[in-house]
Formats: sequence, structure tokens, C-alpha cells
Amino acid sequence: MAKAKVRGKVTFQEDICKGCGLCVSACPVNIISLDNEKINAKGYHPATIEDMDECIGCASCATMCPDVVITVERL
Amino acid sequence: MAVVFKKTKGLTDAQTHYCPGCTHGIVHRLVGEVLEELGVLDKAIGVAPVGCSVLAYKYFNCDMHEAAHGRAPAVATGIKRVRPDNFVFTYQGDGDLASIGTAEIVHAAHRGEKISTIFINNAIYGMTGGQMAPTTLVGQKATTAPNGRDEAHCGKPIKMSELLATIDGAKFVERVTVTTPANVRKAKKAIKECFKLQLEGKGFGIVEVLSTCPTNWGYTPQEALKWLEENMIPYYPLGNFRKPEEVE
Repeated sequence: MAKAKVRGKVTFQEDICKGCGLCVSACPVNIISLDNEKINAKGYHPATIEDMDECIGCASCATMCPDVVITVERL
Repeated sequence: MAVVFKKTKGLTDAQTHYCPGCTHGIVHRLVGEVLEELGVLDKAIGVAPVGCSVLAYKYFNCDMHEAAHGRAPAVATGIKRVRPDNFVFTYQGDGDLASIGTAEIVHAAHRGEKISTIFINNAIYGMTGGQMAPTTLVGQKATTAPNGRDEAHCGKPIKMSELLATIDGAKFVERVTVTTPANVRKAKKAIKECFKLQLEGKGFGIVEVLSTCPTNWGYTPQEALKWLEENMIPYYPLGNFRKPEEVE
């Protein structure tokens, strides 16, 4: 798959994520998932991205996040 | 590398007590962002309600005041009249504004108080455990309506935006939701327009935000957003009901 022209970088403040998954369903390139291997300080599975190269920096995840967990940068 | 999204200065570092997926958090952020963008953080005074958002005074990074249940518009009226140069807003839920506080909001609008109100409508009493609210939809189950709201017994849900739009003193009335990124952006635009109205001294403004309550509705956060879109929006249509130019 061709890489997107605009690239983004998403940072999750994992400790305050409540694992609601609103970012997961908001992501247009479907790269966000809840990390079932990890449990954060609040006791939730935090959101994570494995393939950051696919991120287009649209900030849809951050727009939907109710807990301001997400910071988005554009490369 | 350019930062395109980071936490607004309009919110404190306190972590909210809201359930996972509760849209209160999104609306808090939008209010914080608008306060920051309008440059009024240092002169804003918010009035927190009773309900799930009772602790809102811990989350907004401006001066805050707590009001008795439903009385936020009355408290905001007092603050605004004593300190007309400050920006005064209330943040209320449907159990607060559309039930016990109906008189306060109607008369604050009627008097044309120069305050702004954010009204969270999630069609249920959240904090107290999912009881039926005046805004609960016909057929919607609640702990006090286990078979769903019965229209013959309880009537239809109250439409606050439509009601307030009939009042001359209300200069801005809009209903928005936060189910998608596009809707969140529209909601922010409406909140900004509503807040600007007060800064221009034009009168009372209210933004009703259709919100979810995954915990008490008994859905996952995603299912709750879908339920809102399929059930609440047909009964509570989105859109602007009153703008200053229409009033003049």
C-alpha cells in the first residue's frame, strides 16, 4: 500500500486513557487499537498504534477523545 | 514537525471522573478550547450544576462557582449583573436544566441575561443511577421506567431548544451533537458563536449538545453513539433555532 502523502505522529498519554475506544472507531485509516496486553494505572487497556507510518495526522482520534489523552503532530 | 492537536489551556490537569466514553469530556474540551481561543480564560466565570458534571469546577481552568440543583442560571445572573465585564457561562445537564431548573433557564432567557449556557442532553439522569428524565425518549428504558417511558403516563420528552427559541430574550439557540469528528467541529463552532454573542453584549445564548450515557443506557461507547444518532436525532433535530440577526 502506498504511503500517505501527509504523515502524522500520534502520542497517547497512556496512563489517563480509559480505553473507551472512541478513537479506534474514529480513525479513518484504522490503525488504532486497544492494547489487550497492557493494563494502565487506571486499570484499562489503553489505546495504541503499531503502524505509525500509516498515520495521516488528521487528528480525528484526538477530536473524539473525551479524556484529552492524545497529542497529534504532522511531519 | 508541527503540533496539530494538543490539550487546551482551558482545562486543568485534573483527570475527569466521567465513565469511559462519556461525551462530557469532549464538550468540556470544546468549551476550554473556545475560552482559550477567545482569550477570555482570565475573565471567565463558569457555574457548575448538580449532576454528573457537578465537579466541572475542577476541570475548567477559569474561575468557577457551584450552584444548587438547577439554579445555575440564577447564580450566573447574579454574577453577571455584579461583574458585567466578566464572561459568565453555565454548564448544565438535562436533569438539571430541563427538570428542576426549568424555571431558572426559562426566566434567565426571558430576561435576556447576558450569559451563555451549555446544555448537555443525554436523555437520562446519569449521576443518580439512570432514572427517567424529562428528556427520556418514549419507549426508552430507565431505572424508574423499566418498561420504557410511557407516553400516556409521562407525556413526550421536552424539547428545550425549541421551547427557548420562542423567547425573545434568547438570542442564540442551537442544538448540536458530538457523535463524529465532523459533528464535534460543528459543535465547537456553535459554542464559539454563542460565547461571542455574550462578548458582544447581545444577550442570552444556549447550545444544547446531544450526548451519550453509555453506562446508564447499557451500551458500549460506540453503540451509544449509534443509538444517539438513530433515536435521539430524529426526535431532537440538530440545527440553529435562533440567531441574533433573525431576532433583530
